[in-house]
Amino acid sequence: MVQLTVREALRDAMAEEMRADPDVFLMGEEVAEYQGAYKVSQGLLDEFGVGRVIDTPITEAGFAGIGVGAAMGGLKPIVEFMTFNFAMQAMDHLINSAAKTLYMSGGLLPVPVVFRGPNGAAARVAAQHSQCYASWFAHVPGWRVIAPYSAGDAKGLLKSAIRDPNPVVFLENELLYGQSFEVPADGEHMVPIGKAAVARAGSDVTVAAFSIMVGRALEAAETLAGEGIEVEVIDLRSLRPLDADAVLASVEKTNRLVTVEEGWPFAGIGAEIAALVMDRAFDMLDAPVARVSGADLPMPYAANLEAATLPGAAAIADAVRRVCYRS
Amino acid sequence: MATAKKRARSGAAAPARAAAMEPETLHRAFRDMLLLRRFEEKASQLYGMGLIGGFCHLYIGQEAVVTGVQYALGPGDSVITGYRCHAHMLIAGVPAREVMAELTGRAAGASKGKGGSMHLFAPERGFYGGHGIVGAQVPLGVGLGFAHKYRASDRISVTYFGDGAANQGQVFEAFNMAALWQLPVLFVIENNQYAMGTAVERSAAVSELHERGAAFGIPGGRVDGMDVAAVFQAAEEAVAGLRAGDGPLLLEMMTYRYRGHSMSDPAKYRSREEVSKMRQERDAIEQARQALLDAGHADEDALKEIDREIKAIVNDAAAFAQEAPEPAPVSLEADIVARA
Ligand SMILES: Cc1ncc(C[n+]2csc(CCOP(=O)(O)OP(=O)(O)O)c2C)c(N)n1
Ligand SMILES: [Mg+2]
Repeated sequence: MVQLTVREALRDAMAEEMRADPDVFLMGEEVAEYQGAYKVSQGLLDEFGVGRVIDTPITEAGFAGIGVGAAMGGLKPIVEFMTFNFAMQAMDHLINSAAKTLYMSGGLLPVPVVFRGPNGAAARVAAQHSQCYASWFAHVPGWRVIAPYSAGDAKGLLKSAIRDPNPVVFLENELLYGQSFEVPADGEHMVPIGKAAVARAGSDVTVAAFSIMVGRALEAAETLAGEGIEVEVIDLRSLRPLDADAVLASVEKTNRLVTVEEGWPFAGIGAEIAALVMDRAFDMLDAPVARVSGADLPMPYAANLEAATLPGAAAIADAVRRVCYRS
Repeated sequence: MATAKKRARSGAAAPARAAAMEPETLHRAFRDMLLLRRFEEKASQLYGMGLIGGFCHLYIGQEAVVTGVQYALGPGDSVITGYRCHAHMLIAGVPAREVMAELTGRAAGASKGKGGSMHLFAPERGFYGGHGIVGAQVPLGVGLGFAHKYRASDRISVTYFGDGAANQGQVFEAFNMAALWQLPVLFVIENNQYAMGTAVERSAAVSELHERGAAFGIPGGRVDGMDVAAVFQAAEEAVAGLRAGDGPLLLEMMTYRYRGHSMSDPAKYRSREEVSKMRQERDAIEQARQALLDAGHADEDALKEIDREIKAIVNDAAAFAQEAPEPAPVSLEADIVARA
C-alpha cells in the first residue's frame, strides 16, 4: 500500500494507461502546459509530449465532438472538462453523438471515450460553478457513469473507464483531489465498473452514497456508532450501471435505507434507488426510504447559505435516526 | 496553405465540363449517379406506400457532389455527413439491399433496423454516419481527421454539411481546431440553396459560404456541384493537398435538391419554374449522359441498358427490403453498450 491523493491517483491511472496503449491521449483546456486547471495532469506533458497531451481552446462543444469523432476513428480519448458545469455546452455531443451511436448503428460504431473532470460543489463559487450532474448522465442509456470517493477507486475505476469500449462519464470532486488514501502499489490495480463497495459494515441502517458524500456518510456513521446505531455505508462508485444487488443485499440485512447525494432531490439518484428498493425489496423495509440531498435551489454564495444547501454528516445522521424511529 | 488555396480555387474558377473527364470515369459516374437517383425514387415510392417511416431526406439533384468527391478518395479515408445520407452509403459501396432494408426498418438493414434513414453507418468502408443533429457531424468529422493525423497516416476525413448547418456555432469551433492543429479535413458544404424552407440569403449574413473558413486561415472555393467532373477535379486537387499535409480546406458545392426537404415537405417556398429550370438545364446525370453521347463513348442503347440494370438492382433492393423480417424482439436491448 502507498499513500496517494486522489489527484495523484487519477494522474497515475492516466499515465499507466497511456504507457500501455498508444491510442490513449488526453485533451482539454489547460491540461498540458498549465498541468491541469486542478493539476490533475501534472507531469503528463513532459512524459508524453504535445502529440498526446493536448491543450484545446475554450470550446467545449467543439472539442467534445472532436473527442467523440476521434473515438469513432478508433482512438481512446480522455477528454477533460475543466469542470462539468462547462460540459453543458457540449451536452449534444455527450448525449446524441456519444451515448446513442452504438445503438443507432446496430453495434457497428463503438465510441470508447472518457469525459472526466470535477463535478459538484467546490467552495464559494456560487450557482453556475456548483452543480452535481450525476443524475443527468445516469439517466442516459449508453453511458457508463462513475463517481468514485477514494484514491484507490479513482485510480482503478479510471483505468477501467479508459479500457472500456463505451463512452464513460467520470465524475470527480475538486474537494477530494487533495485528500490522501491508501492505494495498492500494484500498477494493475483495477476496479470493475458497476460494482459498489461496502465502505463500512453495519447491521442497522444502510446508507448509500457516492463521491464526496461517502466521506460525510462515514462521519455520520462514526457519530451514530456512539449512539448504538451501526450504519452500513455503501459506496456506489458507479451510477450506471448501478450495483442494485449490492444495495439490495445490504437492505436485506438492515431493512432500512438512507440515500445521500449532493445534487438536487427531484428525479435524483436517491429517487431512483428508492424506486428500485420499493420495486424489489418492498417487503424488507421497516421504514420508508429517506433521501438526503442538496437543497432544491441554485447554490448561493454566502458561506452560511452555502452550508445550509449542502448535505453534511449531521443531516445524514438525522435521516438515519428518522428511519430508526429514534428522532 | 497558400498552395492549397490555389489548388482549391483553380477547381472553382475553371469549371470542368463533364466532357473533360476520362471516359471510363464519366461512364462510371453516370452509372453511379443513376443508381443514387433510382434508389431515391424507389425509396420515395416505398415511403408513399407507408413502408418507410419517419423522416426521409432524398438526395435527388445532388448526386454529382457525393460521386465526384468519393472518386477522389481511397481506402482508409473517412467520410461523415448529416441525415441526408442514403447516397453517401451507396457511393461508399454498401449494397442497395442493406440501405433499403434499413429504411424499411428490417433486421437486414445496415443498422439492423435501429437507425433508419438518418442513421446509416459503414465504418468498414470509411463511412461514419448518418447524424441527425444539424452541424454535429462537423466536430465529429474533425475528430476523424484528428485520428488520422494522430496515427501519422496520410488518410483524410471528408466532412459534409449543409448550407443551413454552416450557421452552427460548433462548425466554427471545429474550423478553428482543424486549422490550429492542421488536421487533414476536407469540409464539403452541400449548398443546395435551402435549409428546409429557408433560403441561404435569409439565414446567412454573407452567402459566400466558402469564405467561412477565412477567419481561421482555411482556404475555400466554390464548385459547380451539378457537374460531376468539376466536383471530381476540385476534390482530387483538394485531397492531394490534404495528403501532403497542407491542412484543412473548404469546398462549397453549389447544388440543388429537386424534392422537398423531407418526404413531408411540398416545397411551397420556391417556384416550380426554379426547380424545373435546374432540372432541365443543370441536371448532373443529364450532363453526363450528353457528354458520353457527344463524345461517342456510348450510344443511347448502351445507356438505356445501364438504366435497366440499375432499375433491376433497385427493384431487387425494394423487394428485399419488404420481405426481410423485422428485427427480432430480443434485439431491442442489444448494442446499448458494448461488451468489453
Ligand atoms: C440542431 C438541429 N436543429 C434543427 C434540426 C431540424 N432540421 C433538420 S434538417 C434542417 C435543415 C438543415 O439544412 P441544411 O443544413 O441546409 O441541409 P439540407 O437539409 O439542405 O441537406 C433542420 C432545421 C436538427 N435536426 N438539428
Ligand atoms: Mg441545404
